Amino acid sequence: MTSADMGKAKSSSLYAPRKAIYPKEVEGEFRRIKWGLLAFTLSVYYLLPFVRWDRGPSAPSQAVLVDFPHRRFYFFFIEIWPQEVYYLTGLLILAALVLFLMNALAGRVWCGYLCPQTVWTDLYLAAERWIEGDARERARKDAGPRSTKIWREKIAKHALWLAIAWWTGGAWVLYFADAPTLVYKLATFQPGISEAYIWIGILTFTTYMLAGHMREQVCLYMCPWPRIQAALTDEYALNVTYRYDRGEPRMSLKQASALRLAGAPAGDCVDCGQCVAVCPTGVDIRKGASLGCVQCGLCIDACDAVMAKIGRSARLIAYDTQMNCERRGKGEAPVYKPLRARTIIYAALILAIGALMTLRLATREDAALSVLHDRNPLAVTLKDGSIRNAYTIRFANMSAEPRRFLLETSGVEDAEVEIVGVEPDAEGRMIVGVGADQTRETRVLVTWRGARRAKGQTPILFTSKELESDASVTMRDVFVTP
Amino acid sequence: MSTRQAHSDAARIDPHSKTRTTGHEWDGIEELDTPLPRWWVITFYATILWSIGYFIAYPALPTLSGGTQGLIGWHSRASVARDMEQLSEIRGPVLERLANAPLEEIEARPQLLSAVRALGAAAFANNCAGCHGAGAQGAKGYPNLNDDDWLWGGKLADIRRTIEHGVRWDADKETRSETMPAFGRDGMLDAKQISIVADQLRAMAKLPGGKASAQGAKLFDDNCSVCHGVDGKGNHDMGAPNLTDALWLFGSDKETIASRIANGGGGVMPAWKDRLDEPTIKALTIYVHTLGGGE
Repeated sequence: MTSADMGKAKSSSLYAPRKAIYPKEVEGEFRRIKWGLLAFTLSVYYLLPFVRWDRGPSAPSQAVLVDFPHRRFYFFFIEIWPQEVYYLTGLLILAALVLFLMNALAGRVWCGYLCPQTVWTDLYLAAERWIEGDARERARKDAGPRSTKIWREKIAKHALWLAIAWWTGGAWVLYFADAPTLVYKLATFQPGISEAYIWIGILTFTTYMLAGHMREQVCLYMCPWPRIQAALTDEYALNVTYRYDRGEPRMSLKQASALRLAGAPAGDCVDCGQCVAVCPTGVDIRKGASLGCVQCGLCIDACDAVMAKIGRSARLIAYDTQMNCERRGKGEAPVYKPLRARTIIYAALILAIGALMTLRLATREDAALSVLHDRNPLAVTLKDGSIRNAYTIRFANMSAEPRRFLLETSGVEDAEVEIVGVEPDAEGRMIVGVGADQTRETRVLVTWRGARRAKGQTPILFTSKELESDASVTMRDVFVTP
Repeated sequence: MSTRQAHSDAARIDPHSKTRTTGHEWDGIEELDTPLPRWWVITFYATILWSIGYFIAYPALPTLSGGTQGLIGWHSRASVARDMEQLSEIRGPVLERLANAPLEEIEARPQLLSAVRALGAAAFANNCAGCHGAGAQGAKGYPNLNDDDWLWGGKLADIRRTIEHGVRWDADKETRSETMPAFGRDGMLDAKQISIVADQLRAMAKLPGGKASAQGAKLFDDNCSVCHGVDGKGNHDMGAPNLTDALWLFGSDKETIASRIANGGGGVMPAWKDRLDEPTIKALTIYVHTLGGGE
């Protein structure tokens, strides 16, 4: 840089073009783990809608199904109704805590191995390599003139990418309807499923764009997690780390052997750049922790291969902590502390919330009752001066059999209770029949006869007793006297 | 210009980041002129292009004679009409069952009842809540439809007739037209007599402070019993309120009662027959009947 440049800079361009990254293929331990997880996670995603689960005739027999029209969510043996959406809240809290715990133990392993962006980008890169060749070949082709062969390859690559994207969108919609039926309908262009086509279109486009074209830019610009995780990590968290205490100063292999022969210290890093060449986000791990590092460990594989060739021990780059690099630099022994206050707290919270949810699920009633007091008016005065309150009571039968519920009240003594549209039986009991897996809304009138009551609110309990099993649900409300 | 902010001539290359600065400096802190990512800029331009396309495709610009119509023929009114059509398609089966079922049977059929009540509640909110209140709780002069007191009857047929033809709604020939005479204004009773009748009525309704008298009883028999009945219990056919119960449409203090006797008249309700269709009137009838007061 000249002094003139330093003094007065030229006007910079409005935008910065993305620097193309050509990650090189690599083999090794972490690559194998990534292949395994890729196969596993994609299989789960693509095949799960086809897993069947018999719930009897009144409910769909798809193991995982989000049934928006009927407002139900099915997950194997669990069936969630809209009022139980707190299970979902619990799951989200659990997911966040597991992410925090993973981060405290081993950095951004989520990003490197399990994040959908990583998994699909990996798949796209594999497709790209298969058609266009490895990094150097692709860079050469992109730099040079376009030949017919290169055009053919490009078209084939994008067609394959779009096919994968289309399958991805197609699998997504299968979670919202009976999968085999929907596949048949989609394949035979049945009417009435235009929404499915629209969603497949949207997901095809986003998958193609995110995994094919945006790749590391999603992690750098769009994803909030790199920013958050920086606040959640600490000096004991295992991160993909360049052990600078061992690697520096960098020098050629020849120089290093000469120095070692002379008994002088020399760094192990030969500055071959393989760690950068294989990085899917184009990061130089030797510069230390960075926003772009998704901790996939591919640089470890690359570096290990080089270390094996030059006869030095493996893991110049490794899952290690900042703390240990400093300690080794000072001649102290490395320490590993997976049990720290934050990991213990995260684990305890995960266990507590998990236990709470399991308990809740195990003791879940398959009948529910909701009571809504009339707001306007809160109370009605009748001709003879008695006070009446009206309630909207909804009975939910969350089982696969039609059932009958007996409604009883307590708290307001001698109250007359009537349900609009329901005749009391011979013994004066009010019994409400509800179909399998259905709800029934009723209007309930509670009248307090006789002398005028004091103004205010009296607690009133509504109990719905299941006739055959005697299981009951009680809800509390108030009786208002004006 | 603030003395703290240097002039933009000071733009230079930052030696650490190798990036140009904008030349803005505050207390020694400089602003880097980092360029935007290209994809971001392209996205931004794409949104501008999209908006132009949108302007052309959809009705957008107002003109003196109305506005641009757009190329794809979309119109918000047509869109609403299509939505309404879809809605009536969804409601179709319910409306058909509603049309075919006699009023008296609907309440005994749980699924139909709940659908009809939902329809009725929506129609009530749109058409009736303005006077009778959101929960049909009524107001002074506007009956509460939740209680068991009815001016014109609380049977299904009575409610239906009131909705269809209204009350004292002159545009409808079959409307309920009976009206309380203005005993004071028209000179049938003088102020003293009105006061005595008011006391008499308050006594009949067992209101605190009511005073029964022989003269009051006679005045009641001569003037009021024709419509309100010898015992004051009212008459649905004439819309004459029951004067012995706890519920008073306009208020039960003596002044209000005296004013009602002196000036007569009564509430007005529009006829809905020509404004609402048959199923809606049926649904409203059921809805009002199931509020709790239905006879």
